[in-house]
Parts: sequence; structure tokens; C-alpha cells
Amino acid sequence: MAAIELRRLTKVYPGGVKALDALDLVIPDGEFFALLGPSGCGKTTLLRTIAGLETATGGAVVIGERDVTSVQPGGRDIAMVFQDYALFPHMDVTDNVAYPLRIKKVAKAERHRRAGEVAARLGLEHLMDRRPGQLSGGQQQRVALARVMATQAQAFLFDEPLSNLDARLRLEARTFLKKLQRELGVTTVFVTHDQAEALAMADRMAVMEAGVIRQIGTPAEVFQRPANTFVAGFIGSTPMNLLDAVVRGDTLEVAGCAVPVPDSAAGLLADGEKVVYGVRPEYNAYAPKPAEGSSEGALAGKVVIVENLGASHLVTLDVNDVTVQAVVPEGSEPAVGDEGFAAPRRDRALVYRDGELVTR
Amino acid sequence: MAQATSPPDLTRETAEPTARRYSVDAAGLGRWRAGAFAAPALLLIAIFLVFPALWVLYLGLTDYRLTGTAAADPKVVGLDNFLSALGEPTFWNSTWLTVQFVLGSAVIGQVGLGFAIAWLLRDKRGPLKRIVEGLVILAWILPSAVVSFLWVALLDADGGTLNALLGTGDYAWLLEHPMLSIIVFNTWRGTAFSMMLYGAALGNVPPSHLESARLAGASGWQQLRDVVFPHIKGHILTNLLLISLWTFNDFTPFMITAGGPDGKSEVLAVHVYKVALQSGQLGYGAAVSTVILLINLVVAVFYLRLLRSKK
Repeated sequence: MAAIELRRLTKVYPGGVKALDALDLVIPDGEFFALLGPSGCGKTTLLRTIAGLETATGGAVVIGERDVTSVQPGGRDIAMVFQDYALFPHMDVTDNVAYPLRIKKVAKAERHRRAGEVAARLGLEHLMDRRPGQLSGGQQQRVALARVMATQAQAFLFDEPLSNLDARLRLEARTFLKKLQRELGVTTVFVTHDQAEALAMADRMAVMEAGVIRQIGTPAEVFQRPANTFVAGFIGSTPMNLLDAVVRGDTLEVAGCAVPVPDSAAGLLADGEKVVYGVRPEYNAYAPKPAEGSSEGALAGKVVIVENLGASHLVTLDVNDVTVQAVVPEGSEPAVGDEGFAAPRRDRALVYRDGELVTR
Repeated sequence: MAQATSPPDLTRETAEPTARRYSVDAAGLGRWRAGAFAAPALLLIAIFLVFPALWVLYLGLTDYRLTGTAAADPKVVGLDNFLSALGEPTFWNSTWLTVQFVLGSAVIGQVGLGFAIAWLLRDKRGPLKRIVEGLVILAWILPSAVVSFLWVALLDADGGTLNALLGTGDYAWLLEHPMLSIIVFNTWRGTAFSMMLYGAALGNVPPSHLESARLAGASGWQQLRDVVFPHIKGHILTNLLLISLWTFNDFTPFMITAGGPDGKSEVLAVHVYKVALQSGQLGYGAAVSTVILLINLVVAVFYLRLLRSKK
């Protein structure tokens, strides 16, 4: 068990592409940490640099207080689950799980015993003689996990561990993985491009863009108070409404309507300032009529689209040619063409100045 | 059938499903016309491949000669040619030399060197890779007559390039080491094929498997043993099959050593040429050719068996 620390870690690919730009990051011992970001943001490069599969151009990787920047991957005492699981097709489950132990010259009987133990814990005991080709995607994933666990490494690295599973299995595996990590207590870093996955599993997460970490925090922090408009737009199953606004005293002028200044930005805005007003559709209360007969504090518009999300509906309003979305519980969804009002929650709405969150 | 909980929206236009018919006879030619299209190719194969092969089988059973009475009126002698070949030390000498030639230049030389080059260049880019590949492929595509002359000039005792480079005076490489000379020559000549085949095969090894082995701490050799070889086993066997057979039947050594000195580099292909065309014993030569064919078949079946038991 060990903490992972990155100090001004930089990776520049030949040709000048800067994949990692002087990253500083501390992942404490036992944490389940997610690296989240869009394609090409450098999250996989970061994971591979921690693993030693990519050599850092600058900075240091420290695992368990040992500087491993120039140590070969095999000497870093870490284990990794690859996106395609990387199970050897010519070996059965036992040999696959025991492979790292075989390289470490653990005697055959001992490594088979340990492989059997770990596999039993993951419910694989009846599959020990099968080849990877004879296993389902979910079983293959568990074999890859068993191989990682059998190493008893100080830290685990998962590269998009759920992306090869179908949607339903992915949810099961998500719960399973989180429970397993909690039980093992091994520091684990996982990469994902799926914000829902990161929010659901991680203790803490880093949101990356173009080789830079844009926010580090718990899933709740990142969801409720995105530090900048990039994170705000990236996190959330329905994207946050980010609307141009002008400060008018105690209110903000948004799309021709007036909404109160959110609690988080109260007293921090200058009159006449141009800012961006952000509110999640989930925190945007829709009503067919203005509350208490006045349109004060709400965005008034016309319903353009209604999307069924299952237990709720996503309603898209056209507010003076600005698109505003709100989530409406089932049973009270409006029809397309209706007039409607979306009232943002004051305690959840946010204000961004030059792309950064305005907060105390 | 499941109950529709909501009737379909009939106001939308529905596209007419286009009917498709599939037939075994995709081109619609019919058996006879299709046969007519294939006939010219089949005829050429019959004339230039099937007939000569059968002719060799027949000749091997006769005392047919290039000149003399047996040329005008060959007699069927049964298995005499085969029996005398099997009792002939020069035949066994040639067989043994051919085995050395195949093992040395094909299995060890071309496969080993070809794989080594492909492995070392696998993630290299730029001029070094292009130059190495270019040189190796150049050796492969030049005409045999040209490269043979180049190698004779290289190894010649009288002012040869190698002697000039090493300062070894007038050492007669081709006379002192005839087998080694043709083995090195054939390795140089044929490595390109194996190199390209392994280059393509190595591209199919999933990088994550190699990385997984590296993370486990596997050494270079362990990565080859546990990841690379199992993945490219089929390619290795196919490669071995092809170049073993090509090398077995290769006649180019004749252009360098002419089988000499004193039969020391007389591989089977050269042996057949000598007995059949230089000594004029066409019947005996045809019998030896048939034996070569049988050996080739055994080698091919052996490899194909291995290939099939891959799983």
C-alpha cells in the first residue's frame, strides 16, 4: 500500500505534442482516484507514465516515498488492468492470474494456490481451466482483476476498465469494483472518459483538459461546484446551462430575463460586469406558470423539445433565442410549444468570470 | 407476439422494403458457361504443371537418356533407378548437404536473421529502418545471375573483395568453405521475405499484452517466449514451411560453386541437374526428382500438421 505523488510531471511526445504539462498531484494511500477527461486530454498518458510505460520528459513519479521516475515498469511494484484486459490467449485462467508470480519466480504450487485463492474471491473458481477466448467480457474483466490482485502490488492502475462491457454489465461491474477496492484498500488510479463512472466510483477525481488538471475534488464537489466552465460543461449527464449574463445590482440579466445573483457569488460581482451564469438542468425548476403570478427570478420561454430520461424528462426551452434546459419529474412534463418558466435554484446556481468560478 | 402499448404513428411514410434474392450462382452464368471461362486456365495448368509432373514420374521408371540408343528407344526398368539412387553414396551425400543447406541458410539463417531484424526494427522509425529494410529487400529482388556473379567476385581467391577487405591474400573461400559460402549467400539473399513476414506478424501482437508482461517484470526473452511467440506461432510455421521448401529446391548455389569442389556443395537440386543433364541420365535424374518431391511432401505435411495442432 502506498501513496502516489506526481511532481511537475511533464511528457512531451516527439514532434512537440505536450501531453502532460507540469502536473502536481498527490493520491493518498488507499484512495480510489479517477482521471477524467475527453479524448486526447492526456489522462491515459498520465496513467501510463505512472506505470512507466511512457518515460517522463520532466518531473518525478513517487510511489510509496520511492522516486520511481527512472525505474522500469516491472520494478515499480504496481499492477495494471488494460482496456482490452491483455489476457494471454494461450494460457488458461490459472496461468494468466499466476503469470506475474511466475515472472517473480514463485514456485508453481504456491503461485497456483494464490491464483486459486484470488480467483475464488472473484467467483472464478469454476473457470480456472478455461482460456480467455472461452470467457464472457465480464469474466475476462474479473480474470484481469484477479491477475492484478495476485501481484499484491502497492498500487493498481486501471485503464478504462469498464469500457469493453455492455451497458448493463458496466453498472454491475462499477458497484463490484468499488466494493472490491474498498475491501482491498489498495491505492487505485483509474482512467475514464465517462463522467458518470468517475462520479459513481471515485473517492476523488481529477478532471483533465489538454495535459492540465482543471479540477481535483470529490465527486460531490466537482458536480456541484465545477471550478471552471470546462468542468461545468463536461460533468453531468445533462450538460450545465452556461448562459451569458450581465450583472444588474442584485440580479443577473440572462437572456432578457432577470434572475437573482446566486448565493455563492453574492457580494462578489460588480455592477454591469459580464459573466457566465451556470445552472444544471436538475437545479432548474420548471413550471408551466410563473410562481405566485410573477415571472420574477425565472427564465420564461417556449418549450422546443422534450426528451424522455426515464423517471424524468429533459425539457429544452427557447428563452429569447437562448437555449435553456430543465429536468422535469415524470407526470408533469409539458408539451412542445407550451409556454414555460424555469426557475434556477439560488443555492445551486453558479457564476463564472473569465471561465473561472466566482466564489469565496 | 408482444402487445404494442402504443399504436404506430401511421402519418409517417414507411419505406418500401426492397426485396433481395440470393443465389448460389452469383454471376448467373450456369455450369457450362462458367466452365468455359475457367477452361483456358485449367488447360494451361494441365499442360505446364500436371503433364510434366506425370511425365517425370514416368521417366523415373525408364532408362531414358539424353543421347544413344536409350534416347531413341527408352525401356521401362521399374524401380531400378530408385534402388540405385538409394544405394548411391553421392545421392546420400547430396541429401545430407541439402539438409545442412536448409537448416543453415533457411531455418537458422533466414528465419533467425529475418526475425531478429524485424524485432529490432519493430518500433523504430526514420532513415535507419528504411535503409536496413531497403538493403535487405534489394538482396532479394536482384536477379540470381547478377547476385551470384557479385558473390563470386566477393569470394574469389584471385583479387576477391573479401580477401582485399580482410587482407587474407589469395584465400580460396569457395574452395575451402563451399557449404558455408552458399549458406551465407542464401541467408543474405532470402532474409527479406522472413523479415517482412515477421514485421507484419509483430504488428499483430497487441501492445497491451507486451506491456502487461513488462509490468509483471518480464525480461526481453520472457516477453518473446510468453507473448510474442505464442501470438505469431502460425506465422513462424508458415514461414518455415515456405522457405524450407524453397531452399530445398533452390538451384542458385550452382551458379556460385557449381556443386564443387568435388561434390562438397552438391545439394540435391544441383545433383539432379548434374546426373540428368550433364551425365545425360534422364531416367535416373527423374527418379531422384521424384524422391525430392516425396521429401518435400513429407516436410510440408509435417509443418501443416504442426500448424493444425496450433490450438
